[in-house]
Amino acid sequence: MQGTVAVLFWIFAVLAVAGGVGVVAAKNPVHGAMSLVGSFFALAGLYLLLDAQLIAALQVIVYAGAVMVLFLFVLMLLNLTPAELGSPRFGVGKVVGALCAAGVTALVVSTLVALPVRATPAATDFGTVAAVGRLLYGKFTLAFEATSVLLLAAIVGAVVVAKGKI
Amino acid sequence: MIGAPHFLVVAALLFGLGLLGVLVRRNALVVFMSIELMLNAANLTFLAFARFPVRGRPSLDGHAIAFFVVAVAAAEASVGLAVVIAAFRSRGSINVDELRALRN
Repeated sequence: MQGTVAVLFWIFAVLAVAGGVGVVAAKNPVHGAMSLVGSFFALAGLYLLLDAQLIAALQVIVYAGAVMVLFLFVLMLLNLTPAELGSPRFGVGKVVGALCAAGVTALVVSTLVALPVRATPAATDFGTVAAVGRLLYGKFTLAFEATSVLLLAAIVGAVVVAKGKI
Repeated sequence: MIGAPHFLVVAALLFGLGLLGVLVRRNALVVFMSIELMLNAANLTFLAFARFPVRGRPSLDGHAIAFFVVAVAAAEASVGLAVVIAAFRSRGSINVDELRALRN
């Protein structure tokens, strides 16, 4: 069982990071979007290894499904030509940016690898829809309702911003 | 044995890649995708600490936060993409170096 978890973890971890590299490195944004979808699926696998069934399902439905379809829709709607995409320039700002990103990552990773591995047995219903649902409609009711208002505001805002003339 | 540090290091690498994308890429859509990557790294951190807490028993609070992060990310993506469409319509470019109307 532990061995299976370890093998799955490494497969999903490598796929997730490789998808992330694809997003940053892909010349064509459509290829980047597709590799981001792959990264999201691998992340859903990692969530399952963390006993987060509900969030893993949401990851596939909301992120890999809805959000990425929206991204691809906009990419194809704009239909950018290679000239509009521009050629990658390597200015000072980019080098500084890359160094900053590498520095932050190295600092965080060097702190994290020192953490001890601790076995913490979870309850049998940990992360199920029922357990998380009880929490969302109990302790987090106000935040949950506020989220619905946020989504409504986002819908109205998106229409107002993108439509131009109403 | 696979524990919290493994997941946290993956999350840190994904966050670093997202940060790199935001700082280096100039296409507004790729910048948005990199932000999504960073939000997912934060989610992975929440879920890793929910399952493997530093002390005490596993708690589901991290799952609730991850749920809200997904909702906020969906809202952010819809409004952000609307802004991209509006910017492309008025300027014919989504290069973030050329969108500097708010700077001057």
